[in-house]
Parts: sequence; structure tokens; C-alpha cells
Amino acid sequence: MPYESVIGLEVHAQLLTESKIFCGCSTRFGASPNQHTCPVCLGLPGVLPVLNKKVVDFALRAALATHCTVAPTSRWARKNYFYPDLPKGYQISMYELPIAEHGYVEVADQGQAKKVRLTRIHMEEDAGKSIHDAEAGASLVDLNRTGVPLLEIVSEPDIRSAAEAGHYLRSLRALLQYIEVCDGNMEEGSLRCDANVSIRPQGSAELCTRTEIKNLNSFRAVEKAIEHEIQRQSEVVETGDRVVQETRLWDADREVTRPMRSKEFAHDYRYFPDPDLLPLVVDQAWVEHVRAELPELPAARRARFIHDYGLPAYDAEVLTARKDVADYFEASVRACPAAPKVVSNWVMDSVLRFVKEEKLDTALKIETWPCSPEHLGMLIGLIQDGTISTTIAKTVYEEMRQTGHPPEEIIEAKGLRQVSDTDTLQAAITEVLTANPDKVEAYRGGKEKLLGFFVGQVMRATQGKANPQMVNTLLRQKLSQ
Amino acid sequence: MRITPDEVRQIATLARLSFTEEELTELTQHFDTILTYVDKLGELQTDSVEPTAHAVAVSAPLRDDVVTNTPNAAQTDALLANAPSRKTHFFRVPKIIE
Repeated sequence: MPYESVIGLEVHAQLLTESKIFCGCSTRFGASPNQHTCPVCLGLPGVLPVLNKKVVDFALRAALATHCTVAPTSRWARKNYFYPDLPKGYQISMYELPIAEHGYVEVADQGQAKKVRLTRIHMEEDAGKSIHDAEAGASLVDLNRTGVPLLEIVSEPDIRSAAEAGHYLRSLRALLQYIEVCDGNMEEGSLRCDANVSIRPQGSAELCTRTEIKNLNSFRAVEKAIEHEIQRQSEVVETGDRVVQETRLWDADREVTRPMRSKEFAHDYRYFPDPDLLPLVVDQAWVEHVRAELPELPAARRARFIHDYGLPAYDAEVLTARKDVADYFEASVRACPAAPKVVSNWVMDSVLRFVKEEKLDTALKIETWPCSPEHLGMLIGLIQDGTISTTIAKTVYEEMRQTGHPPEEIIEAKGLRQVSDTDTLQAAITEVLTANPDKVEAYRGGKEKLLGFFVGQVMRATQGKANPQMVNTLLRQKLSQ
Repeated sequence: MRITPDEVRQIATLARLSFTEEELTELTQHFDTILTYVDKLGELQTDSVEPTAHAVAVSAPLRDDVVTNTPNAAQTDALLANAPSRKTHFFRVPKIIE
């Protein structure tokens, strides 16, 4: 029987605030253990949490960017469980009254747009970190991360495949990066994802028993784990068994999910309103203030790139996946407004490849580019007006990358200007043909493939500076004489 | 009875508490008295009453996003001094996973 999978994702995004959600400790990553702790985040007796306003601003940004309804009043709840990285014995979170509900994320998938609905977004505090392998019989706990603000973003079970889960997560990450609330780094754990997966007979509307998969710390892990889990559940059902509702852990090395032991995960969190915190009241003025400061969002920008620059959907998708890349592209186009598609090709091929190779895109903002967008636009302008060929442009680009000099300066200094002067080209062609009488004979005898050889020789004789189209035309004329 | 000894036992387990059987019987009775008392509220007509989120009818005070705790070794040491066991600047706990 063909099955379809029903997938919902729960995403935790670490917010880019300076201080923690309920105290004035720093959120900076990489400090020495327990340096960023205080009686509030350690949950010592007699302290009171005070909410960081910026956390609410960021939650509102995310809520508006995902078309959610903002709750005028939301409430903090305690989620109770015991784990050494949770010093209070409970996590301050939101339960019945989250700050935002009923939104959606527009997921781009090669030009196809799909809406994945969001159930809710709420704020909560992060837990600390444990190190298990430092010492036999003991775990070490660092509570610097305790109290770092998180957004939990819960999707409806609208996702139908592992690949689609990947697209959703990438779109959501791009959105969070656009609105500058999260750096989206999955490897460092600033964006985390749990997946709820079930299967059902194709076309059926029922909701079947689901499993929750944890420990997904890369896009690859998300896609692989869901794929594996769909396969596993299909096999369970095929053999006549039932899928058991449980939490499973993804083992990235063995590429399997395995059930989490019950001790690792208490299902009964006994939520109740946190008496230490008053309800959060967000008035319309606050919401409108946040809305006014939102940047253009990826979906709108994608549509504008297709419409205004005539770019293919694929290009628009790649270029708008990051705000800084989209900004870079637009700055380049300003320097070369006549050829946006050529600029797009250069940004995708040369610039982004370098950025990826050098891992310049691991931070929220790409700080170092191979060259300035203005210089790139100028370079492409020089190809367009015939000053240099595309091949020479690659050389100039390399030089720009290494020296930071503007393209014209490099072209002048190295004498790379394209040769489009008929007399000079004729002279070079005559020289090449005279040096290769046998090949000229063969060409005239029908081996027309040799044209490429002649073009190559002429390009070599001119150090690559000859205008390739003109060389082609002139060679054909000369050889047919 | 509004609660069974098994439910009390379950709550105790989740709270990492343990009791003798006599204590458990006594606690179950206490729980039952409390629940009976709270049940009284169910007799009231509350359809037109806004749910009370907090006893004090004010909204949450907020703080600006400013780091006010400058890390210093003396404070970290003082905080770690409360822990039963430490290693350098880590809290040390019995192994969590094998």
C-alpha cells in the first residue's frame, strides 16, 4: 500500500540578544564554564526573573514575519523536569497562552511556493550544557547557556516528505536571519530541530501514531532522519505491527533512529503558570512599531527579483536565501543595471562559491566578500561593452579578489584590454595559419573541427586578449578564401 | 476519593520524592482534602469572569537588553561553592548517560 508521510517540525531558535531572557548575564558563546551565571539563572532561592524587552521585540518580529496573530496577553508557565543542566528543576516557557499563533511560512522549492502553517511561536529559556566524556562516572555541567532566550516555533503537520522538511527549515532559517533575530547556525546549536513523523495510507486524512525525533543538528540530519523514520514506520506497518508513540534519537554515525530510554525523557511536565512572572501585555502600538521596522522579507524579495530583474525563479531563490547575498546582488546590479542576469550568474558562480569554500557564510552576516559588489558590477559592465572577454574577466576577478583594486585599474596595469582591432587580429591570424600549413590544408579538406585549434592559437598569440567572436569570424573568412 | 495512591506515587516519582506506605496513605488523604476544597470553585458560575492570570492585575515589568553582570572569578567561585562537587569551573554531577 502506498503511504504518505505527515511531518511537523518543532524549531528552537536562539535569539541574538546581548543579555539573557530573565537576568543581566551575557549570552556570549565561548566563555569559560559558568562565567555567565548569576543567582537568577542558577535558580537560587529568593531571586526574581525580569523579562528582557528585546526578547519580546524579537518574538514579535518573528510572529509578524510568519503572519501570526499576536496575543494581547500571554502568560509564562513552568515546565517541570529534572536534569542536571536545568538548575531550577523547571524551564520557564509558555503553555496555554503563547505570544503568537496561526501563522505560516512560505516555503520556496525551485519556484514552487508552498505554505506550511505554524501552530504557535513562544518564548522560553535555554538549558545549560553537559559534557559526558571528560571523566568516567561523572558529567560536567556548564550553565552559561542557561537562560539564553529561545523562540520555539511549532509547525502544523503540513510537511509531506523529508526533502520538504529540509526546504521548510531552510526557508524558516532564512526568514529568521533576514529579521536578524537568530544566526541560524545548526552546528553550533543556535538553531535546533525536532521532527514529529507519522505515516498514513496515501490520500487518507486520519492522523496516525507519531514518533518524535530529536538530536537533529544539521539539515542533512533532518532529511536523513526523517527519511529513515518513514522507512522504519512503513516496515513496522507492513509487517502488521503498530507504530509506538515514543521519542527517538537520531544516531548520525549509524544513520538510524533509536528509541530514547524512558529515563531520558519525562512525558509529564506538569505545566503551571509561573507565579514569579506577571502576564505579558503587548498593545497594538508595540506591534505596529515592530512591524514598521521589518525589512523586506524573502518571499516578497524573491517575487520582486523575478519581476524587476527578469531572473529565473531558481536564481531568485538562491540570491534571496540570505539577506546579505540579496543586498550584495542588488548593489552589483546598481553598478551594472543593464545585465542583471549576468550579474546573477557571477554572484552565484564566482562569489558564492568562494564564500562557501572559505566558509565566510557561517556567521549571520558575511563580513568578507571576495570583492566589493560595486567592483563586480563594474567588471561585468566591462564585459558587456566589449572592453574585456569573459575569459579575461575571470583573470581580472581573481586579481580583484587578491588586491581589492577596481577592475579598470587592473586591466590598464596588466594590459588586458580586449583586442578588437581588425588589423591586429588579421596579423595574428596570418601568423598562425602560416605556421600550420598542414592543418590549414586539412581544414580546407573538410576537417572543420580544426577551427577550434586555430582560435586557441590566436588567443594564445594575443595572451587571451583577442575578441573571441571577431577571431572566429575573421578565421572563417580567411580559411574559406 | 478524588485521587488514588498510585497517582500520588506517580507525582512523587516525578518530583523525585519517596515516602513510606503510611506517609503515602496520609498524603493521599491530604491531596483529597485539597482537591475537594478546590472543587468548591466548580460550583460557581464563572462564564462571564475573565480568567485570572495573576493575583496582581499589572503587566510584566521589562528590562532593557543590557549586560549587567560582569563575569568575575570570585563570583563564579562563590556560586560553585554551593555545589556538592565541582571540577575546575564546571559543576560535577553523577554520569547522566552511559
